[in-house]
Amino acid sequence: MFPILQIGPLALRLPGLFLLIGVWLGISLIDREAPRHKVSGAALNNLVLYGLIAGIVGARLGYALRYAPIYAEDPMSLFSLNPTTLAPLDGLLVAMIVVFVLGQRQHLPFWPVLDALTPSLAVFAIFLGVAHLSSGDAFGAATSVPWGVELWGAIRHPTQVYEIGLAILVFLAVWRIRQAPTFQGFQFLSWLAMAAASRLFLEAFRGDSVIVFGVLRAAQLASLASLAAALVGLHVQARRALTAVPAVDQSTKTM
Amino acid sequence: MARIADPRRWFGFAALVVLLGLAWTFRSSVPANATTGGLTPSPRVGFVAPDFTLDLLGGGQVTLFELRGSAVVVNLWASWCPPCRAEMPTLQRVYEANRARGVEILAVNTTFQDTQADAAEFVRAFGLTFPIPLDRTGEVSRSYLLRALPTTFFIDRKGVIRQVVLGGPMSETTVQTAVEELLRED
Repeated sequence: MFPILQIGPLALRLPGLFLLIGVWLGISLIDREAPRHKVSGAALNNLVLYGLIAGIVGARLGYALRYAPIYAEDPMSLFSLNPTTLAPLDGLLVAMIVVFVLGQRQHLPFWPVLDALTPSLAVFAIFLGVAHLSSGDAFGAATSVPWGVELWGAIRHPTQVYEIGLAILVFLAVWRIRQAPTFQGFQFLSWLAMAAASRLFLEAFRGDSVIVFGVLRAAQLASLASLAAALVGLHVQARRALTAVPAVDQSTKTM
Repeated sequence: MARIADPRRWFGFAALVVLLGLAWTFRSSVPANATTGGLTPSPRVGFVAPDFTLDLLGGGQVTLFELRGSAVVVNLWASWCPPCRAEMPTLQRVYEANRARGVEILAVNTTFQDTQADAAEFVRAFGLTFPIPLDRTGEVSRSYLLRALPTTFFIDRKGVIRQVVLGGPMSETTVQTAVEELLRED
């Protein structure tokens, strides 16, 4: 685990750097994917940019609201570069709302936008795993398997390596299915199902799971719900495509 | 597409996948205390802070374990480190404001890469009143995997690390909100 790379007097935080590389590679894929789904690349880039900004602002405001009296005394702390004073879930929620509202206002088609963003999400997931490997986050449970690694005072499952491996497999699958002519939402919902299934599997080896109902891992329940929703979504979208387009024209009309 | 659109075939497949997922979820269930590292001491969030006993600047000793019951901020610093200089007045203000609420600050000087005389001059110049343990051998810095100065660990009343801040200087807001989180967790 290498959270810091010291270059002379400069201490680079590697997990943040890997996340940035993931975002950059993801964004660079947008221009390539957008035309395939008949979506404006520029509009999609703007959407992602606003989403990222809204996510960061929302995460900081969410954190500050919990400690409003302290931030009221020093409002400039809202602009602190310290990543520990962010509330990630609040940020994600704000980003999703902003992206949804902006997308609606710009009349961007819902499913083609998600399909065009899918390879970017899949590539970002790989670098999220690399960031975890670098920081030692998302660590595994103690184990006696021969490939266990010593981390945080015990021999543990190298869950970060499993995470990267599975994310690469999911990315390759997403890259492959994007060639096939299918229906709107197929690419995104397939990715969601595969990503959820990966997490469902992987979580069993984690040592930092949040436990609910006494013994169950919260991430597995959330993954199971996402997996079920993705499978139902695939069916609904497939039915919609079949009923909307005469059977003869399917291959030309659908993406 | 036809296979996915066929409700009988697809929902049969989906039900099988979800049932397998559910079985795996129950197969991998664990008691709540089996995760988050259990009670293994390690210098990261969710783990028990590694214990240490160090001599104090000005005499005496301190043992981290004996501070269980207080929220503890462990800050590793050196007198030649500019961000350490910048954040020490903040730590002093937070200490004065919260000491009566059960907050202790241990500003561990990394004496193995500093000098005791420089540390003493630093403490006098900033008027620091919290304890200054001296890590003369570097053992504590190693056990806390020190990679950047300053590094700060926020430890709750049970001795579990709740937040780690690499680098600095931390703003007063950052330190105060981290302390509030420690005091909230009871």
